[in-house]
Amino acid sequence: MRLLGKHNHPYIPNSQPEVKEAMMREIGIKSIDELYADVPEKYRLKKLLNLPEALSEFEVKKHVESLLSKNKTCEDMPVFLGAGCWPHYVPAVVKEIVQRSELLTSYTPYQPEISQGMLQALFEYQSMICELTSMDVANCSMYDWASALGEAARMATRIKGRNEILIPHIISPERTATLKSYTEPAGISVKQISFNKENGQINLEDLKRKISEKTAAVYIENPSYLGFIETQVQEIRAEAHAHNALFIVGIDPVSLGVLKPPGEYDADVVIGEAQPLGNAMNFGGPLLGIMACRDDTSLIRQMPGRIIGLTTTQQGDQNGFCMALQTREQHIRREKATSNICSNEALCAVASTVYMALLGPKGFQELGETIMTRANYAMRVLSRIEGIVTPVFKSAHFKEFTVNFDKAGLNVKEVNEKLLRNCVHGGKDVSKEFPELGQTSLYCVTEIHSKEEIERLADTLEGVLRGR
Amino acid sequence: MNPMFKQARWNENVIFDLGEPGRRGHVLPRAEDEIIQAVGSVDKLIPANMLRTSQPKLPELSEVEVVRHFIRLSEMNYGVDSGFYPLGSCTMKYNPKINDQLAGLPSLGMLNPYQDESTVQGILKILYKLELWLAEITGTYEVCLQPAAGAHSELLGTLLMREYHKMNNALEKRTEVIIPDSAHGTNPASAAMAGFNVVVVPSDDNGCVGLGALKAAVSERTAGLMLTNPNTLGVFEKNIDEIAKVVHEAGGLLYYDGANLNPLLCKARPGDMGFDIVHINIHKTFSTPHGGGGPGAGPVGVSKDLAKFLPVPRVSFDGNRYSLDYDRPYSIGKIKSFYGNVGVLLRAYAYILSMGREGLKEAAEIAVLNANYLVQKLKEIRGLALPYDGKKPRKHECVFSAKLLKNETGVSALNVAKRLLDYGMHAPTVYFPLIVDEALMIEPTETVEKEELDRFVEVMRKISEEAYTNSETVLNAPHNTAVSRLDEVKASHPRTIALSWRMHQKKSKQNP
Repeated sequence: MRLLGKHNHPYIPNSQPEVKEAMMREIGIKSIDELYADVPEKYRLKKLLNLPEALSEFEVKKHVESLLSKNKTCEDMPVFLGAGCWPHYVPAVVKEIVQRSELLTSYTPYQPEISQGMLQALFEYQSMICELTSMDVANCSMYDWASALGEAARMATRIKGRNEILIPHIISPERTATLKSYTEPAGISVKQISFNKENGQINLEDLKRKISEKTAAVYIENPSYLGFIETQVQEIRAEAHAHNALFIVGIDPVSLGVLKPPGEYDADVVIGEAQPLGNAMNFGGPLLGIMACRDDTSLIRQMPGRIIGLTTTQQGDQNGFCMALQTREQHIRREKATSNICSNEALCAVASTVYMALLGPKGFQELGETIMTRANYAMRVLSRIEGIVTPVFKSAHFKEFTVNFDKAGLNVKEVNEKLLRNCVHGGKDVSKEFPELGQTSLYCVTEIHSKEEIERLADTLEGVLRGR
Repeated sequence: MNPMFKQARWNENVIFDLGEPGRRGHVLPRAEDEIIQAVGSVDKLIPANMLRTSQPKLPELSEVEVVRHFIRLSEMNYGVDSGFYPLGSCTMKYNPKINDQLAGLPSLGMLNPYQDESTVQGILKILYKLELWLAEITGTYEVCLQPAAGAHSELLGTLLMREYHKMNNALEKRTEVIIPDSAHGTNPASAAMAGFNVVVVPSDDNGCVGLGALKAAVSERTAGLMLTNPNTLGVFEKNIDEIAKVVHEAGGLLYYDGANLNPLLCKARPGDMGFDIVHINIHKTFSTPHGGGGPGAGPVGVSKDLAKFLPVPRVSFDGNRYSLDYDRPYSIGKIKSFYGNVGVLLRAYAYILSMGREGLKEAAEIAVLNANYLVQKLKEIRGLALPYDGKKPRKHECVFSAKLLKNETGVSALNVAKRLLDYGMHAPTVYFPLIVDEALMIEPTETVEKEELDRFVEVMRKISEEAYTNSETVLNAPHNTAVSRLDEVKASHPRTIALSWRMHQKKSKQNP
């Protein structure tokens, strides 16, 4: 028997034999298996499972570190991938605060008096998301942008008593697949609006054709999945509201230091991905879904997820925070709840709170400027390479942009393989998602990509295209 | 025994009331001058109608102010590392520090999910092996790591039920999911989200699924049964064989709610008992921190027949190379972006290695020993009773009723919960399961020492004494937390509701 196998595991104080026996005596049992007497004999495992033997902490650390060291990250090579999970710098303060074990190891704040720290941080998260998006109410998290879209669609159909949602044709396949899982069982039909071939913008004619008295909501994204800024927001909003449908906008919060917030163009519901605000990519999760709405009871009452509210003590002598509107939620309303969500992404929301507090208004503006300038510089440099068209759409782009290789007669897969051989990771291949765009790749440039890295990308791409 | 606990009371302002205009807490890299010169001003790049014209009203603080604010907030919070946390059904076990350290490594953090497979072999191997281990532990054929939480797994599980019946051309008539009245609220909510009608079966006198009631409830409309075993009373559903038979013979599927898997680790497996779909709460059974509500992770294991419906991508291994397989024509698609909460799953991988197969079994056994030890001791406390066959052993948790205490002293389960906070212990889950009046649902887990269990019993005895002799102290609790009893009604009242700082400011102007 290994040292750590039994009887003395550091995580199990009462596995110490004398303590264990004393407790068994107290209960009046001779063997712990007596406590399992009601588990039918045939289901009681007689042998050990096919699992590893225990390792010491040092061995676990060595083992996991050695496996992870087989990965190559954006610290080992320039990586120009985003597409729903983006590389942004996480300040040291953010990492420090989310490791505070009073926050890290606490549960959902069911006992608010002993959980004021978490509750106030989450209230501040909601409040800062409201300032960034210019909305009035935000919940304290969804799993991610994709599931937030699913929830928003269901929310809209409940509010409007209608069963159709209009979404753009240009959207992440992760989000459409998730949306389908959330909407199909509720009998909601999802229709896609086509785009203008020149500039990628929503085709307003197609929107007008498809919108009707069945439409519960019109959903757009800004910036779009392919990185360009949708500018016809007033026209789309007017069309949605003229048909008494909700106007839902999906956002990347790091853009909101420079881009007009959706609240200012009358969005009813705002969703998005807050992973960029202080959360590492972690190979795609955990992420942090944003969900916000206007101060309108009919919207608020149908919101999914936990919402923290400001209140006072019963004596009224002190402010405090607690979960609000719990009667919407599964633990009270069961099958009539607005959603089944229970555990969420609270600690990621705390990370985002700290991040937003660190940056402040000026920081967000600068972040937006840096990203947009760098991304536009990258487009400029890449577009000089013969055989490359970038961006595919003639629109303003924020941090992501499309790069097309049709003129070079190359496909994205080969380009990316060759880039990787030169220790540069190219953008996401979107040629299968959008065959109409040919051999197109989606590149992402943020504040972490220096001028030097952008130029290295350009040089390497040029070499690849010229067969160097 | 006097309450020795005093939580910090910082009276910390909301962050919007801190700082000074112009201060900043962090400076991010700026674009190089040459880039700015080449590209020009952002104001010109953005179409005028899409330009933000007024900065967001975020607070303006220096780095040190931000740190102090959040450190103070953390001091007004209570976690597993602070003390005993017997929150029933939540399995608040100790969260090993090495796992957090490993999850914080840049070799994980800096990975984009769309990177070329050749650059992510390490993490793919970890995910692949974790799937195999979890399949072995649950006795299922294949495990999918995508769901972000327990309720998310339930949504996936009920979507799998849908797909299964759809493939058998039976979805139109299979419209009902059966759920015991003792179930977690997420079960009916998830079934409803997946488009099913919920049929509730009452528990029998032992607090278990009544076989008669179950037989009456199943029909050709039954899509499946969602069951927690051991159930929310901490009692093992010993008729599981019969239950599985009844549901399967009716053509339904059996779903295992994994909230209570801890006592079965390496002792018994849901898959062997006939469960077709099994979820695992990584943040409960596999020790990952709850983070004040999340992130968690909720892998789902299924039987062979259902494996083809699992979400894409699946992690696969050809003996040489790990890859992400999207070629699953029968897959239901996706329930979230990417592959799951990898940062959480990595911790579970490390935990299984630290525990080993014998350690996991020991964890289950000691969790059960601890719960039964508490049953034995708490039974003697005046005002408390253990409903539903008090002689039967509990598994990982027990549910006491404070009904007698309330009738005799006016002190409710909620008051007991609040008074426990004064003694520096987190409260049990209260008023759940719904089938117990004045319920106190207590789950000690395996990561607590006997001395602390004895202290908890002593505190409970003291609170009972206080209730009978000096009930005011208990009724007005808590006294030692950062704030006294909060007005939760006010937080939701249409006149006073304030769900953000800007909403609060608007309200303050309306009703000064």
